[in-house]
Amino acid sequence: MLLAAATTTRSDFEAGTGWTLRPEGACLGEVCLPLPASALDGDHVDVRVIAEHTGMPLLHDEQHGIWALGPWPGSGRTLVSADAPELRLPDLDGNEFSLSSLRGQKVLILAWAPY
Amino acid sequence: MWQELRNELHPLGLEIVTVGLDTLGADACRPYIEAAQPEHPSLIDTHHTVAQLFGVVNIPNSVWIDELGHIVRPAEFAPPPRRAERPPRPASNAPVPERALAMAAEAAKIRYDSGPYHAALRDWVERGAQSEFALTPDDVIQRSRPRGAAAARGHAHFQLATQLELAGHHEAAVLHFREAQQLVPDNFSYKRQAWSLEPGPAGPVGRFWQGPADDDPDAWPYDTDWLSEVVEMGGENYYPEWKA
Repeated sequence: MLLAAATTTRSDFEAGTGWTLRPEGACLGEVCLPLPASALDGDHVDVRVIAEHTGMPLLHDEQHGIWALGPWPGSGRTLVSADAPELRLPDLDGNEFSLSSLRGQKVLILAWAPY
Repeated sequence: MWQELRNELHPLGLEIVTVGLDTLGADACRPYIEAAQPEHPSLIDTHHTVAQLFGVVNIPNSVWIDELGHIVRPAEFAPPPRRAERPPRPASNAPVPERALAMAAEAAKIRYDSGPYHAALRDWVERGAQSEFALTPDDVIQRSRPRGAAAARGHAHFQLATQLELAGHHEAAVLHFREAQQLVPDNFSYKRQAWSLEPGPAGPVGRFWQGPADDDPDAWPYDTDWLSEVVEMGGENYYPEWKA
């Protein structure tokens, strides 16, 4: 996920990564990664602490003030769980669409590109 | 291209969601989407989030998700229902650049068999979890792309690159695109995205040129390009064989 700072809110972190912050740590599917208390202060998430303790790579472009937190590599596979992650993307008109709005139907996601 | 399939399978309970991977966003995708007139959701993914989330590595790639939101097939090559009609050659006597001829020769070797994939898709739509093509959760995870620490770092580099590109910092973006290409070498759309953002010749071939310019080859900022990579792999190996 992209960040403007090394700290963010809990809801942005959870929406951006798909990981849920619980008392036992950062959790996705059956995996929970323990975190020190300093990772979360109320609604305030310190992404540096999470990166250090989970192995999610955190990059910082100082000149342009952009941070990028990469995915968790700990399982050795792209998918940590077979539950589809939420996918929120805009359509041509900029209206945001959520994959989860299609629950109850089978879905075929198809990636394409105009180049 | 996919709308016809949607017409056939939507009444049986399947929805299609197309995701256009392009840092240039809606403006670049618009002509194709408007020409296709899709009735299904057609989304724009400027940062290639489906690469990180699902393991999409090339186009066309698909993911199958059941009614409960469980992935039953992870990202894989999805052969189109039929070969796209090639646009007629322009009636022009202008010389065709040598590189364009070489690219066309490699592209002509690209092969795929749509039959097994589309038979499997229809079987799953009709029979759901009873279909042999709907994988178990463990198989779905095991079949998803391998991802170690280097690849995870590469995904972060790619997102930095696309964000920098969107902010107008092209040279800074190139450095991170290069890192992403090295760290996630199996992601061909990461490469093609970066190559397609370099200047190409005027006209429709522009964004497909994806290689050094004939008149200034030293300005090319990447170690490889579309033609050299496809020659190396062999056009006939461009798409993997679909595996049930």
